[in-house]
Amino acid sequence: MQTTRLAAASAAALGLLLATGCTTDSPTDAPEDETTTAAESGDEWFVQADYDEQLAQRDIEPEGDPATPWLQAIEPEWIDTSQFAREGGDATVCFSNASVSNPWRVTGWITMQQQVEVLQESGEIGEFRVSDAGDDDDQQISDIQAFIDAGDCNAIIISPSTTATLTPAVEAACESGVPVVVFDRGVNTDCAVTFIHPIGGYAFGADAAEFLVDELEPGSKVLALRILPGVDVLENRWAAAEKIFAESELEVLGNEFTGGDAAEIKNIVTQYLQRGDVDGIWMDAGDGAVAAIEAFEDAGKPLPVMTGEDELSFMRKWEETGMTALAPVYSNFQWRTPIIAATMILAGEQVPAEWVLPQDPITAAELDDYLARNEEMPSLHYAKFGGEDLPGFPDAWRDR
Amino acid sequence: MTAIATAWHRLTARLAALGTTALIYLALAGVLVLGGAAVAIDGADKGANLFATANLVDMLTRTSLTGFLAIGMTLVILCRSLDLSVGYTAALSSLVAATTMDGRPENIPVAIGAVLLVSGLIGAANGAIVAFLRVNPFIATLGTGLIIKGYLDTEYKGPAGDVPELFQQFGYTRIGFIPVSALVMLALAGAAVWFLRSTRTGHHMYAVGGDAEVARMSGIRTDRVLIAAHVLCAMCAGVAGLLLAARFGTGSAEAYTNLYELDAIAAVVLGGTLLLGGRGGVAGTVAGVAILAVLDTVFNVMQIDPFAKDVLRGAVIIAAVALYARRQLDRTAARPRFAAAEGKSR
Amino acid sequence: MTRLRGPVDLLRWAANPTGTVFVLLAVIFAWIFVLNDAFFAGPSFMAFLKQAAPLMVLAAGQYFVIVSGNFDLSVGALVGAQVVIAARLIDGEESRTVPVLLVMVGFGLLVGLVNGLITTVLKVQSFITTLGMLLVLFGAIRLWTGGAPTGGLSESFRTAGRMGIEGVPVLGQIPWAVIIMVAVGAGAILLMRTGFGRILMASGDNERAAGLAGARVDAARIAAFLLSGLSATIAGILIGGYAGVSAQVGDGLEFTVITAVVLGGVVLGGGRGSVLAAMAGALAIEALFSLFNQMALPATLRPTVQGAIIIAAVAYAARRRARPGSTAPHVSATANPS
Repeated sequence: MQTTRLAAASAAALGLLLATGCTTDSPTDAPEDETTTAAESGDEWFVQADYDEQLAQRDIEPEGDPATPWLQAIEPEWIDTSQFAREGGDATVCFSNASVSNPWRVTGWITMQQQVEVLQESGEIGEFRVSDAGDDDDQQISDIQAFIDAGDCNAIIISPSTTATLTPAVEAACESGVPVVVFDRGVNTDCAVTFIHPIGGYAFGADAAEFLVDELEPGSKVLALRILPGVDVLENRWAAAEKIFAESELEVLGNEFTGGDAAEIKNIVTQYLQRGDVDGIWMDAGDGAVAAIEAFEDAGKPLPVMTGEDELSFMRKWEETGMTALAPVYSNFQWRTPIIAATMILAGEQVPAEWVLPQDPITAAELDDYLARNEEMPSLHYAKFGGEDLPGFPDAWRDR
Repeated sequence: MTAIATAWHRLTARLAALGTTALIYLALAGVLVLGGAAVAIDGADKGANLFATANLVDMLTRTSLTGFLAIGMTLVILCRSLDLSVGYTAALSSLVAATTMDGRPENIPVAIGAVLLVSGLIGAANGAIVAFLRVNPFIATLGTGLIIKGYLDTEYKGPAGDVPELFQQFGYTRIGFIPVSALVMLALAGAAVWFLRSTRTGHHMYAVGGDAEVARMSGIRTDRVLIAAHVLCAMCAGVAGLLLAARFGTGSAEAYTNLYELDAIAAVVLGGTLLLGGRGGVAGTVAGVAILAVLDTVFNVMQIDPFAKDVLRGAVIIAAVALYARRQLDRTAARPRFAAAEGKSR
Repeated sequence: MTRLRGPVDLLRWAANPTGTVFVLLAVIFAWIFVLNDAFFAGPSFMAFLKQAAPLMVLAAGQYFVIVSGNFDLSVGALVGAQVVIAARLIDGEESRTVPVLLVMVGFGLLVGLVNGLITTVLKVQSFITTLGMLLVLFGAIRLWTGGAPTGGLSESFRTAGRMGIEGVPVLGQIPWAVIIMVAVGAGAILLMRTGFGRILMASGDNERAAGLAGARVDAARIAAFLLSGLSATIAGILIGGYAGVSAQVGDGLEFTVITAVVLGGVVLGGGRGSVLAAMAGALAIEALFSLFNQMALPATLRPTVQGAIIIAAVAYAARRRARPGSTAPHVSATANPS
């Protein structure tokens, strides 16, 4: 009895503590934003308007030179940034990174550092300060807060770990008056000067799904391999594919979470093959794609029609086996753009309010070209990394 | 090897004059001094200072979340149990809070109540499985964690709910350079210290962790004590979930991927609480949490590579625990009541 | 427990904690059989054993550590590290395969030795020692390869995990991985019957008594960590061979394998359980995953079902254990006793 009562009492005490805690007035920097619409309070992950927009954007010719896709933009709305113009160069650029916890981010991160070196040489960037949150949203909020409190960042670049959860922190960064650049995953606020991203998850998932629908006979069986549940950018890829598959005559055998672990992927595919034929594989990211192909080889089954990603191990296996495949791309070269955007903003030049980068899958016709261009690169490297013209090429990526 | 061991023993013997908690605060001070020096030397050209306001704020903010989890974890570890489900409980709590509040300030009290209820129930389940079904706590709480994970994965495909501005203050407001969340954490720590020192259940927790059999024979309802510890631990995880919701402005299932439970256990052990139960306390845990937070801030200020951070963190945790582990265990061995019970209870 | 003389013995055996795992395994297999009897056709069952082999090898290694009263949380990170080391050092060159395999064995033993020394000489609880080691390995290996694995494995390296003896009647292929797993299992069982095995068991059961009886408890515990490091190396060779290199290889294996060992009736805290049952626990976990797959259970629900089954199975075994005497541990230890 004693303990139960005590537990109840402590619970009450906890509540009381909290209540008193939150009524404290904020003398300093409370984020005051009335427009916070932490949207999606339901858990519906399919937004028809976004889907339609992204699918349409795939066919729009981007502005800018195709030789430098990281500077291209789809239907940009150029905005004035003269208020952020700064004299004297040697800007301190602060970058809050979600993590470098997968090969895609590792590749992009190297590209970004190489781009920074170029701009440091030319004197536009002085210090480049980085925090890495290790995929922890709470940590990243602290990281961003630390940049704001330090007070000497001339620009803050943020690659958010999760869309909705970083919104308050990004708003706080905007309010500090420093230009903010957000890239990769977005946030639920448009307070940043520019938000840089490739077309998006729906387009990625749709490119892959449409390819399978085109290449496979009606009635064929498709297995979907996904990394994790609950990550919005990945959920969008699947949502688009699910819709397209539902409207097609393909049969979806299942959608499985693999954690991107090759052994897990091979296990799952092997088990599906024991139960029957699999004609197509759809993946929401290319990690471990080769293991899926090997499962077919080891089971002595004909190779499936498959979509992976522009990760080289997959593309090399694709070439070696001559299978029917597509490499959808979540443009890795986007890691260069935020650095360039930050220096443009600090120079008072116009930038697109939403900087939508092209996102073109690699088809069989382009396969040899991209493999040749990346010949020396390690197998967990991304073909469209867009760093070939940087001075560190190829050593920085090859000998990392 | 023996020479090193002897030297080690001599060093720890000299430190033995101090109490364990004092020793841990000494270690914290040492980490602060070393960290401060490292930052100053590393960033001499830029005038870097670990004790600049921005860095102090950063350090204190980092203590809050792990702090809440570690305070609760201390209670279960004292009872010779463990809770590996706190990360999942916190993630679920952030969603319960955010979806219950749904953007309306008037829902805040209900949401807090709902979180404490849900987390308390999870704790009661953990405690009951450990106490009545006699499942090892490592497996029991790993299992309940998986159960919660499956629920979260099935129900939430991403962040959900909306936390009103008023409640976000819990995550962002600060008084001077001290964040409100850190103050609440310290208040909770104070309450827990009082609870362990001055209440009967608190005393019983030490007894149960020391030797459940002896505790039972001396008339303690060990099952209830154990369940109480688990309930309080899960409620602390609930509070951590409230903090997450306040910081995120929404609830996030993804929060469970960060392995907060291992951070919390590391902090508790750093703080001098024995994983075997029966010895330690919340005061030490707070210092353990602070040590980890200082390290993180130092690494951040010094721009240490994220992977090197993991290496250093792992090494520091082992080294710090090694500093007082031997001495702590020697003292345990010197108390025949515990030593004898060790063999018998198995 | 090995020799059964009649139905009564069989019942008694099924009711003992070690027997529980075999009952669980039988139930899962029966269920799979009902859903899809083709699963038990030679080739597909061999494929199942091939993918289960690494976890079973890992379970044997973890068994030694757990039975001596410790934990090894670093094995998942060590498996990952070994695969990445192999890929980077071999870099696709066949000729480097054997030297690199030797380096890997050396590295695995070194990690085990460090874990063992820190736990015994410095008296750091193994939970913390191996948690620290997990962080160190995770970070160090990424620091070394710049964040993601580089290089590539050779064909001959991959043989052990991927290939087998072809053209066997009925079975189709006997995978090398299964042969290695059986060899490891047999070796582990024999080892536990030697004096070393008895000392190891005694140090987990009652360190003080073991010490008084003249057993070199610390040496036995260090040896257990060495065996765990070795088993993680073998598991790494098998997993790398099976599926190749990926950035996530080995993630979270430590919790799966500890669960497997406990499912096999081995008591955390030491002193009880058999290595055969521990490996059966690993097989049961893999079978459970296969069952989920056969049932087409929604992927997001699987953790929930898995958690519930694990708790139920361990609670069932604990109930049996608690019955005979009232001296059963109220709360089993969470770390090594000292």
